[in-house]
Amino acid sequence: MSKQRTAAIVNGDPVEFLSDPGQTLLDVLRDELHLTGSKEGCGSGDCGACSVIMDGRLVCSCLVLAAEVEGCRVETIEGLSTGSTLHPLQQKFLDHAALQCGFCTPGILMASKALLDVNPDPTETEARYWLAGNLCRCTGYDKIIKAVLDAAAELRQDRKSA
Amino acid sequence: MALVIADYADCRALTGGLRAFEVEAATVRDLLHQIEARFPGLGDLIDQRMALAIDGVITQDAHGAVLAPHSEVVLLPKIGGG
Amino acid sequence: MNKPVKPEDTGTILKVVGTRPIRPDGVEKVTGRAAYGADLHLPGMLIGKVKRSPHAHARIISIDTRKALALPGVKAVMTSADMPNLAAEHYEAGESASNLKDLSANVMARGKVLYHGHAVAAVAATSNAIADQALDLIEIVYETLPHVIDVEEAMAEDAPILHDQMFTAGLGETPTKASNIATKHRLDRGDLAAGFAAADVIVETRYSSAAVHQGYIEPHACVASYAADGQTQVWSSSQGHFVIRGLCAKLLKMRFSDVRVIPAEIGGGFGGKTTVYLEPLALVLSQKSGHPVKMVMTREEVFRATGPTSASVVTVKMGAKNDGTITAAQVDLKFQAGAFAGSPVGAAVMTSLACYDVANFEITGWDVVTNSPKVAAYRAPGAPNAALGVECAVDELAEKLGMDPMAIREKNAVRNGVRAPYGPIYKNIGYVETLEAIRSHPHLSIPLGPNQGRGIAAGFWFNIGGESTVNLSINEDGTAIVSTGSPDIGGSRASMAMMAAEVLGIGVDRVRPIVADTASIGFSTVTGGSRTTFATGMAVVQAAEKLVIDLKRRAAETWGVDQDQVVWQDGAAHCLQAGKAPKGALTLAALAGSAGKTGGPIATVVALNAQGAGPGFGVHVCDVEVDPETGHVTVLRYTAAQDVGKAIHPAYVEGQIQGGVAQGIGWALNEEYVFSTGGIMENAGFLDYRVPVASDLPMIDAIMVEVPNPAHPYGAKGVGEVPIVPPLAALAIAVRHATGVRMHDLPLSPSKIRAAIDANAG
Repeated sequence: MSKQRTAAIVNGDPVEFLSDPGQTLLDVLRDELHLTGSKEGCGSGDCGACSVIMDGRLVCSCLVLAAEVEGCRVETIEGLSTGSTLHPLQQKFLDHAALQCGFCTPGILMASKALLDVNPDPTETEARYWLAGNLCRCTGYDKIIKAVLDAAAELRQDRKSA
Repeated sequence: MALVIADYADCRALTGGLRAFEVEAATVRDLLHQIEARFPGLGDLIDQRMALAIDGVITQDAHGAVLAPHSEVVLLPKIGGG
Repeated sequence: MNKPVKPEDTGTILKVVGTRPIRPDGVEKVTGRAAYGADLHLPGMLIGKVKRSPHAHARIISIDTRKALALPGVKAVMTSADMPNLAAEHYEAGESASNLKDLSANVMARGKVLYHGHAVAAVAATSNAIADQALDLIEIVYETLPHVIDVEEAMAEDAPILHDQMFTAGLGETPTKASNIATKHRLDRGDLAAGFAAADVIVETRYSSAAVHQGYIEPHACVASYAADGQTQVWSSSQGHFVIRGLCAKLLKMRFSDVRVIPAEIGGGFGGKTTVYLEPLALVLSQKSGHPVKMVMTREEVFRATGPTSASVVTVKMGAKNDGTITAAQVDLKFQAGAFAGSPVGAAVMTSLACYDVANFEITGWDVVTNSPKVAAYRAPGAPNAALGVECAVDELAEKLGMDPMAIREKNAVRNGVRAPYGPIYKNIGYVETLEAIRSHPHLSIPLGPNQGRGIAAGFWFNIGGESTVNLSINEDGTAIVSTGSPDIGGSRASMAMMAAEVLGIGVDRVRPIVADTASIGFSTVTGGSRTTFATGMAVVQAAEKLVIDLKRRAAETWGVDQDQVVWQDGAAHCLQAGKAPKGALTLAALAGSAGKTGGPIATVVALNAQGAGPGFGVHVCDVEVDPETGHVTVLRYTAAQDVGKAIHPAYVEGQIQGGVAQGIGWALNEEYVFSTGGIMENAGFLDYRVPVASDLPMIDAIMVEVPNPAHPYGAKGVGEVPIVPPLAALAIAVRHATGVRMHDLPLSPSKIRAAIDANAG
């Protein structure tokens, strides 16, 4: 069976790739586009390590077929910072030591961004439930939640002063 | 004169049930030689599978460690972790 | 964020150690640039995949790989025939002695398959899809055998036997009949009968827990490249690349110098990545195909074919006087080892009573093989299982005596000068201080509502020292590189930079820590056993101290004074002799810039076998609410106090405590391997193998109690493993007080709790 050609926009850049029918967006990001920041933790949409934002919506890229991405805007961890300026979420994760092995971190950062995009002032409970689809085995989530709430506060402040 | 303590059954199996005994040794290496000579098999067992607590400080493979004149040496299984 | 609790003030002013700088590998981790095992891509790389047994126990009659090999795109196929047939060699690798023959057979089955998922063959092909097709074309004929997984069933007289040549060790005489019991361990002291006779109150109780997996989010992954002259490179995410090298070399009978293992970043290990599964296979496939081979496990493979920890049954009989003094304790531990001998029951025997000053005790441990994946180390291996039984027994005793659970532990607490149950006289331990930290914590006075309960439990782990090598060099501009062989799982490389910076007297941002590969530095044993900050840190400090002496020599030469006229302070050499240093102090940068004139580059290596690691104690308090209708347990609040020695980087010490607690909570409430009657794991994925998610947990209050270990330059004790030890019991006890029902079999899943509540009411 011949490969399928797909065109999309990834982190603001137009891309084109070929894929087999069974390949997922995660496969394509990692193996064709060499964006290895999104990770495969389970391949079945249960761990969130592959989280990306597709047309403004948080998805597990391991559950999206490559062909489904035609014409879509995809944001991955590689596009979160601007040049060498970290996004406040990234900076707060560092400040709060909200990562240990770092494997779940790209997925959790993208999920957190998606949260703050729709809910700029989440409560702790809202943040925990939103992030329930992103497994972390190292941190117990304590510092992650603190970092997300702190980033939310900073972003609200930036918006006020902007 | 080091006092060697063997609370673990696999050690006592080689000492004929003796739970504590004295050995004249200046270093751990000495100690193991003496023990092997006196209780065949025990010196090797300690060398391969046991750690030593010398006056309360746990050591593993520290063959050069020096023993004080009246050190207490406790035999215990080697410790790992995860 | 908590400030560490210091019972004594040593008066030393530290500038870097104890602060919370941003970790040096942080930016690459939050931007997705950090390279883990599966992220590497090499030109000409093939994909390797493993064919796994569909049976829990079977003899392998024949394997035919011809059709697979003939498939276009397939470049190599292997079975155990492609690996050396090793005699039963004993090899000290990783953190526990591994029998090489067993390890080889676990990595690729020889003669028999011993669990569903056991590797039987492997292929390397040009794509994932072709590799999958090739696996289906491998034809294997099996003769199925009866299997056994439950540990007590495996110990029974008529159990199916896994290994014909396994005769139980530790029974005195070698038996003539093969058994699934590999070893019986025994530790005792005092007079058990007299101890029980002296007791006013006795409890006899039994607890069990299921097999649980370390659950690291990153599946095992490696790339191996075998060149025609036998030189190889392996990129692997592991907890110890030197151990990976050693095991691969021994399994494949290669020279250590021909196996270069380059550490990728590791996405979690917790003990489960201190051994090999894929690396030897990738090497063989690379040799056969002439191409680099990448192998990455699926999540399902991780569950089915990599070590969980042991399911266990713990029975405890404990007696105490009316005033709470424990007079006797008898503990029996049955541990599931999986397909090959080597469960952590030995450590469980040693840790069972470690928090208690008991004169009369007898502890027995059984290492039992079962048709399930060979167990691997998991954070304080053996200790959580034992603590479940013992801590719950102590709680039962306290209840019978009408005694406060803190009081009974304080009454029997081990302290300095007391002989540990496992042997040595305790020195420099902080158990009493940790109990005090909880005793005085506001958590204990928070009132509880209906269906809510509080559980208190203690825990212990030894922590180890071991071998580490460190290279420390000063660059020409006075910045430094500290290079170790210790993979960084939890943030340890930050602590290495901090300790070097502290001794050198420079800012931590001027010290770059790296983890070097096996060809670039001398041996270090695994990152595990809570050893890295202690042992590798000790080597870092010694290396920095050596350099300081060397820098003082260089300054002395430059000034023409004796070395005792030079002091090193705040990153510079200062001259004590008036008039000899017209330009003032000589900074590290200045000395580095002129190193050639004072003897050459400024660099040193320290290689040591660190001794004197100090054990750690934890005391945890957990509040839960149980929904009587559904049996669901909500963790309301959790406080974990721990004796950490000295928190080098407090944020990462807190992180270890919080992470260990979370794993313990999962183990207590939800996690378990569920096997079908056919011996197949039914929940081999994160949907049904339920680890704690963000909405399951409250904030976890980590209290760091600092009772220094003088063997470490800054007093550090290992911290990573202790925190997983108390939670199992803490949760079980909390549920007891919330529902009135004592749960004996973990996990405390809603259906079991609901059934127990119903049974209790009826």
